[in-house]
Amino acid sequence: MSEVLVVVDHVDGAIRKPTYELLTLARRLGEASAVFFGSPDKGAEVAAKLGQFGAEKVYVVDDAQIKGYLVAPKAEALQQLVEKTSPAAVLFVSGYEGKEVAARLAIKVSSGLITDAVDIDASGLVTQSVFAGNYTVTGKVTKGTPLITVKPNSAPVEEVGAAGTVEEFAATISDGAKTAQIVAQQPRKATGRPELTEAAIVVSGGRGTGGNFEPIEGLADALGAAVGASRAAVDSGWMPHSFQVGQTGKVVSPQLYVANGISGAIQHRAGMQTSKTIVAVNKDEEAPMFELVDFGVVGDLHAVLPAATEEINKRKG
Amino acid sequence: MKYVPDATADRQFESDNTVDRVGVDGLLSELDEYAVEQALQLKEKAGDDTTVTALCVGPEKGLDAVRKALQMGADQGIHVIDDAIAGSDYVGTSLVLAKAVEKAGAEKKVDLVMCGMASTDASGGVLPAMLAERLGLPQVTYASVVETQGDQVRVKRDSDTATEVIGGTLPLVLSVTDQTGEARYPSFKGIMAAKKKPLETWSLSDIGVDAGEVGLDAAWTAVEETSARPPRTAGEIVKDEDGSGATALVDFLVSKKFI
Ligand SMILES: Cc1cc2nc3c(=O)[nH]c(=O)nc-3n(C[C@H](O)[C@H](O)[C@H](O)COP(=O)(O)OP(=O)(O)OC[C@H]3O[C@@H](n4cnc5c(N)ncnc54)[C@H](O)[C@@H]3O)c2cc1C
Repeated sequence: MSEVLVVVDHVDGAIRKPTYELLTLARRLGEASAVFFGSPDKGAEVAAKLGQFGAEKVYVVDDAQIKGYLVAPKAEALQQLVEKTSPAAVLFVSGYEGKEVAARLAIKVSSGLITDAVDIDASGLVTQSVFAGNYTVTGKVTKGTPLITVKPNSAPVEEVGAAGTVEEFAATISDGAKTAQIVAQQPRKATGRPELTEAAIVVSGGRGTGGNFEPIEGLADALGAAVGASRAAVDSGWMPHSFQVGQTGKVVSPQLYVANGISGAIQHRAGMQTSKTIVAVNKDEEAPMFELVDFGVVGDLHAVLPAATEEINKRKG
Repeated sequence: MKYVPDATADRQFESDNTVDRVGVDGLLSELDEYAVEQALQLKEKAGDDTTVTALCVGPEKGLDAVRKALQMGADQGIHVIDDAIAGSDYVGTSLVLAKAVEKAGAEKKVDLVMCGMASTDASGGVLPAMLAERLGLPQVTYASVVETQGDQVRVKRDSDTATEVIGGTLPLVLSVTDQTGEARYPSFKGIMAAKKKPLETWSLSDIGVDAGEVGLDAAWTAVEETSARPPRTAGEIVKDEDGSGATALVDFLVSKKFI
């Protein structure tokens, strides 16, 4: 069976959940191998975790000469790895970085690229959800090594309990790839809540909060959810941009999405329409968001959410 | 810049699974307007003979996108149009764009290739990186703030997990988000002035691309099927009266096992 490369998404060795989802998809296509750009010191620890979720081999690429730069060196290293291993496919997490590394790699190895996949079957058929979730499209890469970026929450995480073996891969990085520098980097402050794109439940607030996100945060905490926001809430300075859900923010696909005081503009819908269950609270019964919901409450979020939060805490307690 | 079907209209596919770009009203992708705006601001700041060229690869109506950019204040426009381009995927489109940038650069050196972060139709967000790879340039992408000093470019951005400052030296490819600030509306003066601005139309042979390298048949990906998502079955909607909304909401969440 051929190898399928999965590019590991991590922060300082802390692997993010979408990587494990990629391993599930990779195992449908062949033997899953993970590619870890990081410190070789972390190799064994990372391989143990990745192995547990199905990576038989973990290529460790020392990132000493990669980490200060944007995407191009990673694409170069992957080109060398693809040439060495001739994988059946390379899978990436659909984020800024995964997409851009894949984009450069596509040109380097003359291969087709499909972005934002929501599923991949054993024959390599890729499913995408397009036009703000209004269409489902299936397709294939027809030339070269299929390069596919996959949205978080697109596949289950499967524990297989094996141990991945470490294989160090020495990549040669050209000076030409080291031209866009990361001058400063400030990791996002931990909120203590789940990561927005990975969360099983997302509770979002929009202009209708009037700037008071307490009811949103209260409900989120009662449900163990991540907090999201519409662009109107972000533009008003009520929430940082990293909380924005939508076309130009995060694309989320949780089990449950609760939209509060959000009208449901197409650009917002583009970021949440593939959520499995959708709930909205809005005082305007004509709000387009209600067209999408499984359950809606026409009412004032400042009254409904605190009461619902209290009720949930009571029932849990 | 991309000419895209209006996101607020009923977007569809053709029988060959390409996006319907004729039956649905189109416009200059809103996210590309932000790139035009930033280009114009950099030109205004430079105050020299900097030229802003609006480049669009697309069908006949794509000219509307170029015109819009000229009305906003771009100095000249290029519209690459050729029947053979129809149906191109990312890889094919990036080839056409790269060759067009190279041809434009033969007349006047190109310092900066500005792009929107993604199109509003496919929203792939990969073309700036592909273009950078093809042109052999650095890429500085997803900028929320753009600053230049001489040939140094610095951008702020919100990456997947961090807030970052990225630096590079011209020439480079830059993509901007809608965080860079609202794009200007064309003024009446701008609309009148646009009519006199140079506008070129190039075909594949003008930019030296073989028709066999692009288009639907040469695409490196193939769409097999498109289907409209079945409309969501109408959900239950309740009116909140004296706290009944909260109870009903919690009951729903319990019934779906979220609590
Ligand atoms: C290029 C581009 C990209 C964009 N990208 C995004 C994106 O990524 N994400 C995004 O969200 N938007 C995006 N937008 C903006 C989008 O078009 C909308 O403007 C935005 O989503 C509106 O946010 P909102 O629903 O919070 O505000 P509004 O549309 O103003 O809606 C507020 C809602 O709150 C309700 N409300 C008011 N008070 C209460 C109350 N007390 N209780 C309950 N309900 C109440 C109102 O009835 C109304 O429905 C983008 C736009 C463009 C042009």
